[in-house]
Amino acid sequence: MGEAAKGETKITDQGLDGGVGRLDESRIREVINTVLKNETGARLKTYVETCIHCGLCSEACHYYLSNDKDPAFSPVGKVKRTLWEMLKRKGKVTPAFIREAAVVAHTECNLCKRCAQYCPFGIDIAYLMSVVRRIVHRLGCTPLYIQDTANSHSVHMNQMWVKGDEWPDTLQWQEEEAQAEIPALRIPLEKEGADIMYSVIAPEPKFQAQLIYQAAVIMDVAGVNWTMPASMGWDNSDMAMFTGDNELMGRLKRTHFETAARLKVKKIIMGECGHAFRSVYDTGNRWLGWRVPPFQIVHAIEFYYDLIKSGRIKIKTKYPHAVTLHDPCNVSRGAGLHDKARFVAKAVAAEFVEMEPNREHNYCCAAGGGAINCGPPYKMKRLQGNKVKAEQLFAAKTRGAGVLIAPCHNCHSGLHDILHHYGIGLDIKFLGDIIYEVMEKPA
Amino acid sequence: MHTAYDMLTGPCAWTAFILFFGGCLYRLIKMLWLVWKKERFIFSYMSLRYSLRSLVHWMVPFMAVNWRRQPVLTIATFAFHLCLILTPLFVSAHIILWEEAWQFSWWMLPDGLADAMTMVVIVCAGYFFIRRLVSPEVRYVTGPSDWIILSIVAAPFISGFLAYHQWFAYRFFTMFHIFSGEVMLVAIPFTRLSHMIISPFTRAYMGSEFGKIRHARDW
Repeated sequence: MGEAAKGETKITDQGLDGGVGRLDESRIREVINTVLKNETGARLKTYVETCIHCGLCSEACHYYLSNDKDPAFSPVGKVKRTLWEMLKRKGKVTPAFIREAAVVAHTECNLCKRCAQYCPFGIDIAYLMSVVRRIVHRLGCTPLYIQDTANSHSVHMNQMWVKGDEWPDTLQWQEEEAQAEIPALRIPLEKEGADIMYSVIAPEPKFQAQLIYQAAVIMDVAGVNWTMPASMGWDNSDMAMFTGDNELMGRLKRTHFETAARLKVKKIIMGECGHAFRSVYDTGNRWLGWRVPPFQIVHAIEFYYDLIKSGRIKIKTKYPHAVTLHDPCNVSRGAGLHDKARFVAKAVAAEFVEMEPNREHNYCCAAGGGAINCGPPYKMKRLQGNKVKAEQLFAAKTRGAGVLIAPCHNCHSGLHDILHHYGIGLDIKFLGDIIYEVMEKPA
Repeated sequence: MHTAYDMLTGPCAWTAFILFFGGCLYRLIKMLWLVWKKERFIFSYMSLRYSLRSLVHWMVPFMAVNWRRQPVLTIATFAFHLCLILTPLFVSAHIILWEEAWQFSWWMLPDGLADAMTMVVIVCAGYFFIRRLVSPEVRYVTGPSDWIILSIVAAPFISGFLAYHQWFAYRFFTMFHIFSGEVMLVAIPFTRLSHMIISPFTRAYMGSEFGKIRHARDW
């Protein structure tokens, strides 16, 4: 069994403890070997047989850097603690090993792929961790909170148990709120033939409804021909992608794409969410057999960039604070939107302070990849596992930054926790928050 | 002694070269077959432009961020691999052997330079050995196979160095040099030394994904 990281205490998790309790070694062997044989191919084999164990991926990883360079947290160290053992023992591992593998793959790796940029061979360790998540999913041994989210996806096609009537009701509520500011504003539902379908993740209607209000104001002022679906398919999030439930990921993305097709829109614009973008732009489409997504997928960063660049949104007075920008993995390392994000940040704020490292080399927030969705049991581990982020943020603050922009929901929540835990004293905003605040609106 | 020498430079050498070239071809075909059979999508993401972009950034010293972060390792890595490949191809003693066997020859390194390059390989191998011992993140993932493949690579250079200088046990080290060289050739396709032939493909695939889909740098 792979050595555990130093000083790790066992965290109680009903999903893992209950799941492991139902396992025996023959079932484990059968599942591991079935997944390895039927669901993996050249990538896994080549990566494992090519890795020269040089350890050069280590310094890419925020968990490694934040845990006093404990080698168990290095990317290759995590492969050693999981897949190497499974392969070496041909699947003959214990239920306790599977529990540990689930903890490593779900709560010690954010699938951020920074290590792929540091490996001289370009070995995709995030992919190897996804294989581990797939195995523990097939064994019914996934952390409880994120599995609950996947269950919500399965039942309601959204990640927050938002029921069918609650969705349009929330939109109408936000429409009415916004009409107090712009009387003619509408949130167009089910408008067939609109240019744009705007999709969000379920936490927006669930507890951040003001983001929908702000988006509606931006759309209205910019004169965008947009719509939102009233049916399932409005939620673009995807925790199934992170639990290894690929079949459910496929259902979710099919529903999302088919909703856009039903509404006959030209493109899908997404709110400020990174993992959802990864799912719609890069992962879910592949599972469904699309080399690239069947619709043009536009992340909010790119959308705001286009609106400001083309003058459809004008800035009335610049945001009077120095801002720094966190580049989310899924839209920076995942889609190269970092320079557009900078353009927007500089266009709306009075002063811009660069974070180091930045762009596609930025440190992960440690919340993404489903880690924050593994819930409160792992919160302290997540915060202690990203001390390096706290140091990076603090350095930006010492250079004058007062506000941190995080254009991704997971990053936003994760960084919010880091700012509070380490007492950094930066305010945190979405790009949309600032744009809404500083844009010209009808009097 | 002569019989053993004839064996090593005759049938054994043939076997080693056949297994090396055949093995490399086998590994490449097997990898591509596996991609074709199970992950055919990979072909549709491959891009020559972005593959080369990535390979160039990683094959030029200090061009990748991680190379710049580790200057000593970078120098050792590039010096080691360059000398490891060039020395056996161009050292005069090898070329004389080709000439005797097949009557053809090519450009050869001055002996002094070849000797220095051999020393570079040995010193760098020593550096990798020590790094595996003392660097916690490397030691953590080091197993018996890592020591074995490092030994397989270092052995022909150490023995070649000793044989060339004829300090002691010349005959033994000459024979051991030939034998260990043959072992290394055979080991390349069938151990993790296969990174010599496979790693350009993993790099190219990651380069393509980063270039075409992720629009980001992978170095």
